[in-house]
Amino acid sequence: MAITASHAPAELAPPEPPRPRWSASEEASGLALISPTLLYAVSLLALPILIVFAYSFWSQDYLTIDRALTLENYRTALFEPMYQDLLGRSLVISLVVSLVTVAISYPIAWFISFHGGRHKNLWLFLITVPCWTSYLLRVMSWKVILGYQGVLNTGLMSAGITDQPIASLLYNSNAVVITLVHSWAAFAILPIFVSLEKIDRSLIEAARDLGDTRLMSFVRVVLPLSLPGIISALLIVMIPTVGDYVTPKLVGGKDGVMIATAIQAQFGKGANWPLGAALSVTTMIVVSAMAGLTVLALKLVVRKIR
Amino acid sequence: MNTGAPGKSRLLPGYVALYFLFLYLPILLLPVFSFNNAAATTFPLAGFTTKWYVSLRGNGEMLAAAVNSLIVGVCVSGLSTLLGICAARAITRYRFRGRRAANGLIMAPLFLPEIIVAVSLLMVVLAAGMELSLATIILGQTVFCLPYCMSVLTAGFEGFDRSLEEASLDLGETAFGTFRRVTLPVVAPAILSSLLVSFTISLDEFILAFFLSGTEPTLAVYIWGQLRFAAKLPSVLALGTIMLLISILLLTIAEVVRRRAERRYATGGYAHA
Repeated sequence: MAITASHAPAELAPPEPPRPRWSASEEASGLALISPTLLYAVSLLALPILIVFAYSFWSQDYLTIDRALTLENYRTALFEPMYQDLLGRSLVISLVVSLVTVAISYPIAWFISFHGGRHKNLWLFLITVPCWTSYLLRVMSWKVILGYQGVLNTGLMSAGITDQPIASLLYNSNAVVITLVHSWAAFAILPIFVSLEKIDRSLIEAARDLGDTRLMSFVRVVLPLSLPGIISALLIVMIPTVGDYVTPKLVGGKDGVMIATAIQAQFGKGANWPLGAALSVTTMIVVSAMAGLTVLALKLVVRKIR
Repeated sequence: MNTGAPGKSRLLPGYVALYFLFLYLPILLLPVFSFNNAAATTFPLAGFTTKWYVSLRGNGEMLAAAVNSLIVGVCVSGLSTLLGICAARAITRYRFRGRRAANGLIMAPLFLPEIIVAVSLLMVVLAAGMELSLATIILGQTVFCLPYCMSVLTAGFEGFDRSLEEASLDLGETAFGTFRRVTLPVVAPAILSSLLVSFTISLDEFILAFFLSGTEPTLAVYIWGQLRFAAKLPSVLALGTIMLLISILLLTIAEVVRRRAERRYATGGYAHA
């Protein structure tokens, strides 16, 4: 570790140091220490994404890549009806999933923050455990729950609520939404919890003392102050969800297919890397725009009702 | 603090219970059907059996995948924790230009669709003429695990009192001695926690392993291949139950270690000196 690096100048420096050498400065030590990680992230994250970007403007003829710049891939990605459908559905699903996840998770984060008492850490641990267990098997489990002869159907039938299995539970967009909401629960709760923890509790008391009802003090104090948490929860759920591959494959059926399946196809059987790259870039840009708009809309709403 | 209205506070625990049911139901079903004496995963249950577990024992393909997962998991947790230590230490200890940007880049995989990370890595690996192998999975999963290691490690390093190190140096301890006797005991729980968490993530990670694996599948990739065959589902569930227990065990150890350390240092008892 660079313990000595920061110490040496402090001990050796004359009373009025001219200007310490940059290589001995705090900045240099910090950069030196972070450089292995940064180098790794640049070469295996930033660089690959730049290459995807480059590929999206190239074209492919069988196995040779033509590096002449073209917008043809983007034309296909944006205007081909099949890709339009897939992208549109992916966006709708990720928007719905992120909004639902945040909405149903907020009360839990609120409960842990305000009523968790001494066991807040335990509550948070219990929330995160399911999220770190095999993703594939969790999705598989939903298939078992929602299936035609699945847990939900047999349960409903033995309870006498329905006398025939409901066929429409599995293999559609709803099944994808339910499964994804389950997958991302902890990712929504944690940021909201952190922002709720930061709220100065005396502000809520002040609002109550000044005559706000519980609901009003929540809407006017707690909700606006927890907005940063809500926003990061939305982003952390919405953006990765749009590219989910496993869930639509396992529980989505024909009308739950999302854009990731099309992207994967370009790197597998379809073998059209430039088109796959253009689909990836388009997805990223469009979902970022949607995320930005959602955040903006949310801020406006919160400002309005305050 | 009493902010819940009487009616509300009775409603909320009910909601919390429902939410936890929703959260845990899919996970609890795995063990239930893994002991069920039928190939179909439907109710009513058909009696208790351990035959699905027994069938795993002679399954060479599965065991090979398990060994691959173990190799990948150990390498990923070691590499990502090592890289995480450097970055977390730099970020919590030094101020430098570009600190936020560097942190943003390292944490970016949290905010990216995983398939795009996978596809971009695949293109780079193939364009560089590398063969797909366990090594490429390790490289990819490390990128993906780094944000989680970073959050665990920065939280552990942030509370670190720098004056302790300075005191140790002033009292004549060498830099290495200071690191070993002062720094390490304080940050060790965070490091252990980071190792365990990244191993767990690597064990369960599918997308990167799917795209970046060659002829040697990890357990997740093996399971994906098996899911096509309905008849094999119960043994996959048995395997899943074992993996679930391992994950929960590792995460519990990580949590206990982290919390014991938190309590020890929160009360100001630097008892190890």
